[in-house]
Amino acid sequence: METSSAALSKLIPGPDEPIAKRRRAWRTFKDVLAHYSIGIGGISVIFSVVLIFFYLAYVVLPLFKSAHIEPLVEYNLSEGITGRTLFLGVEELAEVGFQVTDQGVIRYFQAENGSEIDRVDLPLGESQITSLAVGRLDSGVMALGLSDGRGLLVQQVFKVSFPNDVRTITPSALYPLGEEPMVIDEEGRPLVKLALSNNEDGSILLAAITEDGAVVYNSIMVEESMLGDNEITSTTGILPVMATRPVDVSVSGDQRWLFVADEAGAIAMFDVSEPDEPMLVDQQNATAVGQSITRLRMLMGGISLLVGYSDGIVAQWFPARDENGHYYLARVRDFDAGDAAIQFIEPEQQRKGFVTLDAAGHLAVHSSTAHRTVLERDLGRQEIMEISVSPRANRILILPEDGYLQVLDVENEHPDTSFSALWQKVWYESWEKPEYVWQSSAANQDFEPKYSLMPLAFGTLKAAFYAMLFAVPLAIMGAIYTAYFMAPKMRSYVKPTIEIMEALPTVILGFLAGLWLAPFFESHLPGIAIMLVLLPVGVLVFAYAWHRMPQKIRWLVPDGWAALLLVPVVGFLAWLSFAISLPVEELFFGGNMRSWITNDLGIDFDQRNSIVIGFALGFAVIPTIFSITEDAIFGVPKHLTNGSLALGATPWQTLTRVVLLSASPGIFSAIMIGLGRGVGETMIVLMATGNTPIMDMNIFEGMRTLAANIAVEMPESEVGSTHYRILFLAAVVLFTFTFILNTAAELIRQRLRKKYASL
Amino acid sequence: MMNDIKDWYRSGLPFVWLNAAAVSASIIMVLGLLILIAVRGLSHFWPHTVYEMTYHWGGQDEVIIGEIHDQELVTVQQLRDAGIQLDTEDEIVTRYLIKMGNRDVYGVDFRNVVKPLIMAREVPGDIVVLERHEYGNFYGFLKNVKQSGQVIASGEASWEALQPLLERVYRLYDEIKEIEKSEIGSVNYRIERLRLKERGLELDGKKTPEAVVELDAARAALQGEYRVLEQRLVELYTEIKRDSLTAEVQNGQVVEIPLDKIVKAYRPNTMGLFAKIGFYIGKLWEFVSDEPREANTEGGIFPAIYGTVIMVLVMSVMVTPLGIIAAVYLREYAKEGPLVRMIHIAVNNLAGVPSIVYGVFGLGFFVYFLGGNLDQLFYPEALPSPTFGTPGLMWASLTLALLTLPVVIVSTEEGLARIPSSIREGSLALGATKAETLWRTILPMASPAMMTGLILAVARAAGEVAPLMLVGVVKLAPSLPLDGNFPFLHLDRKFMHLGFHIYDVGFQSPNVEAARPLVYATALLLVLVIILLNITSITIRNHLREKYRALEQ
Repeated sequence: METSSAALSKLIPGPDEPIAKRRRAWRTFKDVLAHYSIGIGGISVIFSVVLIFFYLAYVVLPLFKSAHIEPLVEYNLSEGITGRTLFLGVEELAEVGFQVTDQGVIRYFQAENGSEIDRVDLPLGESQITSLAVGRLDSGVMALGLSDGRGLLVQQVFKVSFPNDVRTITPSALYPLGEEPMVIDEEGRPLVKLALSNNEDGSILLAAITEDGAVVYNSIMVEESMLGDNEITSTTGILPVMATRPVDVSVSGDQRWLFVADEAGAIAMFDVSEPDEPMLVDQQNATAVGQSITRLRMLMGGISLLVGYSDGIVAQWFPARDENGHYYLARVRDFDAGDAAIQFIEPEQQRKGFVTLDAAGHLAVHSSTAHRTVLERDLGRQEIMEISVSPRANRILILPEDGYLQVLDVENEHPDTSFSALWQKVWYESWEKPEYVWQSSAANQDFEPKYSLMPLAFGTLKAAFYAMLFAVPLAIMGAIYTAYFMAPKMRSYVKPTIEIMEALPTVILGFLAGLWLAPFFESHLPGIAIMLVLLPVGVLVFAYAWHRMPQKIRWLVPDGWAALLLVPVVGFLAWLSFAISLPVEELFFGGNMRSWITNDLGIDFDQRNSIVIGFALGFAVIPTIFSITEDAIFGVPKHLTNGSLALGATPWQTLTRVVLLSASPGIFSAIMIGLGRGVGETMIVLMATGNTPIMDMNIFEGMRTLAANIAVEMPESEVGSTHYRILFLAAVVLFTFTFILNTAAELIRQRLRKKYASL
Repeated sequence: MMNDIKDWYRSGLPFVWLNAAAVSASIIMVLGLLILIAVRGLSHFWPHTVYEMTYHWGGQDEVIIGEIHDQELVTVQQLRDAGIQLDTEDEIVTRYLIKMGNRDVYGVDFRNVVKPLIMAREVPGDIVVLERHEYGNFYGFLKNVKQSGQVIASGEASWEALQPLLERVYRLYDEIKEIEKSEIGSVNYRIERLRLKERGLELDGKKTPEAVVELDAARAALQGEYRVLEQRLVELYTEIKRDSLTAEVQNGQVVEIPLDKIVKAYRPNTMGLFAKIGFYIGKLWEFVSDEPREANTEGGIFPAIYGTVIMVLVMSVMVTPLGIIAAVYLREYAKEGPLVRMIHIAVNNLAGVPSIVYGVFGLGFFVYFLGGNLDQLFYPEALPSPTFGTPGLMWASLTLALLTLPVVIVSTEEGLARIPSSIREGSLALGATKAETLWRTILPMASPAMMTGLILAVARAAGEVAPLMLVGVVKLAPSLPLDGNFPFLHLDRKFMHLGFHIYDVGFQSPNVEAARPLVYATALLLVLVIILLNITSITIRNHLREKYRALEQ
């Protein structure tokens, strides 16, 4: 006995022995370590939700940042050159700049310090430069108006080469129409104002105001002949004499329209698509009292006309069509660009933005689509000779009369978004009226991106609405029966079935909806309507018949198994609805209900429409709503129902007056969670609708939802671009919406659980 | 009678019946959907009868050879609206969709025919169906078989003569595939690694002449290996191109088909039941074990199954510990209070946030932010082409781990909640620390619940598509994410996925009609896997409930 206890004490050290202390310390350490690491693990769940939200917001945020501008360098550009600078420009990377002087010299210089690279003397002969105009901004083509009524086209080309691995930009000047100037005014009068439009297909339109106030133009077509050299055809024209003297002229990018502003403040719009017969299409008094027009410029793309006024307003106009299809000049929006007369309007080359400068030296950067002035700054000096915006709109060059060039660095990544552009109607170029439009990309570069989230948000709610219309009654009624009337044995089969329904991948539902259900519904349209009526009526008729059956038969199916009894009935009724669909169609709709809907009712019809979405998305939402509702109803304490039944209420009365009342918060939260699921579901909507972003509640048409839009467009959007960030914004909208729904639902459920516990 | 109805109405029974009907409707929808997928998916592999029909169209009779792909009832009016003139008393007629195959000969491979215009229908025994590597199936009558351009058999004898030649071609084809896919692929992979190694040395400034000599030697060895393989390939290609057959199609045209284009040849109309069953099983096996052909519309889906499995495994490794720790915290460590409520809200939100939002987050944060930085730090030699800064297996798994986290948490929590507190108290009373109690008693007891959670998470991940489209799934991956090349598991590779396969083949495919049966089959496979996983987890859970109920008593 003694030996064994000694052996034991050897085996188990006493509490005060050092080895026991060490072991205890080690165990405590492990315990504390586990405590903290598990704590961190638990809180990391909150962390991940917060991380998702903040990362999304972090990507979206730059959209709403205003632009910044910083002076970069300043140097004297007048050294070694005489005469006034008529034009100032820089190449794509803003490394090489150039100026065109009224002495007929083009001088290229380093944009960082002004040191001269090269100079070119233009082949002008005896004539003087009296005006200058730029054409398509990315072509580098400009036109010089001369004192003898002719015009010379010059193209700036910047070649990038890598001799000895050093990037070198070699500028040169080309003459697309040859070194001999083209005749614009056949009478040879000096051209005081000039406008140019040149297209990639080789068509050129030059318009000019002569010294004595006539408006002349020349439409030129350059075609490559059989021999490989250029063949030039030109047609000159002159506009009818105007009552008041014209002050500025502009031509549209498609060379159809010619705009003339006059001293009286009117803008005339001529159709010169037939150069021989100019047609006055519209004339608008474009000024208020005391206002006059100081400047006309075309926005990038050559559709919108920007009009600068003497009081610092810039207005955007473009040709739009009225209800009868006639063109008129519409004043689309105004920008407040300063207090003094607008001196310069410089469009950006790659976006629908522009830079203005007024006579008081107030510089402003605007975005036309977003109707937003992103930047304003007083230069602190007046008497500006010329300004220029670099092709990537990240530099602004300002050349005052004293010749000291200022280079400003502009940081303006996302001017195209604003609250109004995202959520309100916007009048886009060439549209008849303001609309909500989502159209993020197009084939051509001049495209005006249309980022209205409204059609997508509308589509999202539309899809969710039709889905809920189908799912809510079915799910809640089913849950009521399962939780309250169903036999426990059957319930133990139904619940897993519903769980499996929830687990079905939505891609399969979407695929079936798009490829099977949509064509099936299209060919069985009357069947859907018949089913909606036949199903409840048929079930009631069967129920009454069952009620009248002799007890012997009724006892075959015990209480709480009615749902099983109804499976063949419902199946038969559904089959019957679609079986008589074709004969009904033959009888009432002339054999083709689809064409009856489109032709007789005048409703647009898509194969992949909201009915299909309602069914498919509803199918996906039913199990969510069903499970939560079922839990809420099943959780209602039994003594409540027993009390009610004991007082003589029928089971149905107990259900409606007692059970549903106390479970209603749970049902409400079920609907909210179901709605959240319907709103965010991607694959079903992606596959079962046409994904057209329309704003129409029409049940026979589809929609495009926020989620589907992200799935479609995200892979092809450029990282960091406005489009990319707007797609993130769509994700934030989805996240926020579902966050609110889910949080509210969870809070309600937490309270309900507490309530049940206290009962 | 009226009173009876009134009483019946007052008792509320009609409403109860209507509620019951809602349950029935839901059950019918679920079962109907499963049956629909099963029937359509499974019938595709059966060798269908090929008919030769005389069809009266445009005023004259023509011959159509093909199998009935689909049939439906339409009203005559709908046909008339579509411009089909019919001379019939009936108002509703049957319309068949005939699969004619021979896309290279006719330009289209499907055709709608209306029953009243079918003048005659025969089942000729000698119709041959050829499955091909391109242009889909071929239907026609075998004329003769050529070896090296010489006719060796014609007429009746050609079918028998064809068999050994086909066997030879299949063998050669397998050999070519083996060389092209795995051997040359492996050589190329090693050459690429050498290039990256050289670039890495260059970036570190360690590109010494000795290292260059070593690299060049290794490269020369690999290139030698490559030339040998290439030589062998050239030989095999001349071998496989030796034989051909000629066959007549429905309009009498005779076409010559080189045997190397043929995947399978059979005569469905002469096959007996057992031959058909054998053929069916073979096709099923081909479906799950083979690579896809013809822009995924033919062949098998092996890479998609493989990719899904690997992705799900990697995801499980990430989601399980995190989910379990969070659940343990909620149930065992945290005290009831605002923090626990907040975590519950967070879990519910993780479960409720639309999956596409996870995709967006994964693309922005994991791929571009984390991946971009990882590339800068660890893979500068591969830049500017990204290694982890592009969608791939790792980010897809991580994104789905985040997505399925709540599933694991909720299930584990439920399991923990069901463990009677007497067990914890017993363990603590015996002097165990909290961590020891957890590790030795609670977690082992809760392990089936964790298993349930993991299974549900796997089921969810296998069917999820929307986020994967953004973070790493592609329609056709050139190589598998797990292969014989070091380091074997390629977390940076893009992969194929069953769910995305369904979307892509069903909706992005150039020939949707031809692809549809395969999509049904893929959907069936996916549904079966998911149902199996779910039933397993439900069974485990029910079993567990019973066990704990017994413990409590």
